[in-house]
Amino acid sequence: MNDMTHDSYTTEDGRTIGGVVMEMKNITLRFGGVVAIENISFDIREGEIRAIIGPNGAGKSSMLNVISGFYVPQEGDVFYKGQKRPPMRPYQVAQQGIARTFQNIALFEGMSVLDNVMTGRLRQMKSGLLAQALWKGKAEAEEVANREAVERIIDFLEIQHIRKTPVSRLPYGLKKRVELARALAAEPSILLLDEPMAGMNVEEKEDMSRFILDVNDEFGTTIALIEHDMGVVMDLSDRVVVMDYGKKIGDGTPDEVRNNQAVIDAYLGVAHD
Amino acid sequence: MSDQLVFAMEVFLNGLMAGVLYALVALGFVLIYKASGIFNYAQGVMALFSALTLVGIMEGQVPFAHVINATFGTDLHHFGWHVPGFVAILLTMAVMVLLAICVQKFVFRHLVGQEPIILFMATIGLAYFLEGVGDLMWGSEIKKLDVGLPQGINLMIDETTFGWFGYGFFIDNLDIVATIIAALLVTALVIFSQYTKQGRAMRAVADDHQAALSVGISLNFIWVMVWSVAGFVALVAGIMWGTKSGVQFSLSLIALKALPVLMLGGFTSIPGAIVGGLIIGVGEKLFEFAIGPMVGGATENWFAYVLALIFLVFRPQGLFGEKIIERV
Repeated sequence: MNDMTHDSYTTEDGRTIGGVVMEMKNITLRFGGVVAIENISFDIREGEIRAIIGPNGAGKSSMLNVISGFYVPQEGDVFYKGQKRPPMRPYQVAQQGIARTFQNIALFEGMSVLDNVMTGRLRQMKSGLLAQALWKGKAEAEEVANREAVERIIDFLEIQHIRKTPVSRLPYGLKKRVELARALAAEPSILLLDEPMAGMNVEEKEDMSRFILDVNDEFGTTIALIEHDMGVVMDLSDRVVVMDYGKKIGDGTPDEVRNNQAVIDAYLGVAHD
Repeated sequence: MSDQLVFAMEVFLNGLMAGVLYALVALGFVLIYKASGIFNYAQGVMALFSALTLVGIMEGQVPFAHVINATFGTDLHHFGWHVPGFVAILLTMAVMVLLAICVQKFVFRHLVGQEPIILFMATIGLAYFLEGVGDLMWGSEIKKLDVGLPQGINLMIDETTFGWFGYGFFIDNLDIVATIIAALLVTALVIFSQYTKQGRAMRAVADDHQAALSVGISLNFIWVMVWSVAGFVALVAGIMWGTKSGVQFSLSLIALKALPVLMLGGFTSIPGAIVGGLIIGVGEKLFEFAIGPMVGGATENWFAYVLALIFLVFRPQGLFGEKIIERV
């Protein structure tokens, strides 16, 4: 299926998957002598849920950091919406419409849930400084529209009851959800989730899976996520990239990947003699 | 009403006014500390530098005249023109923004992620560097600053209070102006940080760098902005202090008075800087008035620090600082 065509197709459950929105071409990333990513290529299509999986230390997080601009690869190119992307700083990547969450959660601990989610809308605030300060004209309409968008996301992710709570007081599972809400508020064209289910219990994992599917379904958001829990990923994603020791060892639908011998070896271990 | 009480009221009012000036300097510290976690030792010198630049521009002084004359054997002093106060203030602000860009580009951009103590040391270096540059650019003699702010006794208050108590209060017009300007400045800063995109971004950067990057905020831009705003606050403080007591190098020492204000108000709170400044201003004046004569006077030199010390023991985060919760 990973045939690099740009034609759209329809999934079994009726969602439309569009053409390629992002393509990673021959990416190599080194830290000193350590090769974190070695010559990896794959693409992300519009509207799909794309997973990157692999055992610990496979280079998944590094790959996500390359996509979001936190790391700059030594070799290879990133194509975004058909254009080759020059080396960029993370905030520039975010301004292009690529939102992300972090494995270890990076929220504004001192702000309320609402304020945190509002920061996701900074990109959408365009009126002048003075207009905003005086709450006049375009600024007012803009603020109202931004608030509405934020409230919709807050409702959608079922965090209305904690809107005014400072984030520092929330339990882990809810923090993860707030971070997802902030990323969604940016109306990203690609949403990157770094281990969205890490450290969660079964119930929380089920909730998070449901939210990821709903977000993709409701807003049509393209999602690329990293997980090492293979079970969860297989149920969620349309296509899966499998990494091991910085190399790509599989790429395809969950079923294709599940039956790939190299993937089975990486996960179950193989006897070296 | 007893004379003592009337005197005490006058002292109290004068203390409030002095407190406003302390608060102005403390505000600059709080702004930078909140947004970048840097304790900017150079804030006082920035006030001095801005006042020097303002006077220099107004009087049409040739910057670096000494250096130029020594190198080329020329005899330059003044351009021979005078710039009106308002225009000079705008030009000085432009210089402060330029300074902010340089500070970020040449110093703090290279120190991202360093320990707070390293950043603090860098600001000490910056303070002395700036003092030296100020000296080199504008010379070290004491200068008079007059941008047209009213000065001298406020006759209305004098006459009104004379009518009430049979004793006219001495309140300096400049202090009244300083209070009004400080109030406007604080209102503007609060509106800026609460309701504008840039203000929100500033708070976001103060809270978490990584998260700020991920929502598309440029750290560099925000830091330049914060240093510019701090430069602006320094300029306002520099104008007030410079008008009051002349532009001289001891002006940079007023920064030290801001320290007890910060300990009282908390390093992270704008209202704290204001209230802390007022408490120190009123406290030291009243203390000098009431206790001073018994201990031989000059209590204003140490009162603020003792008060701050007492506060540190009982409430280390300050009056309005974020509560320190120890997790075990």
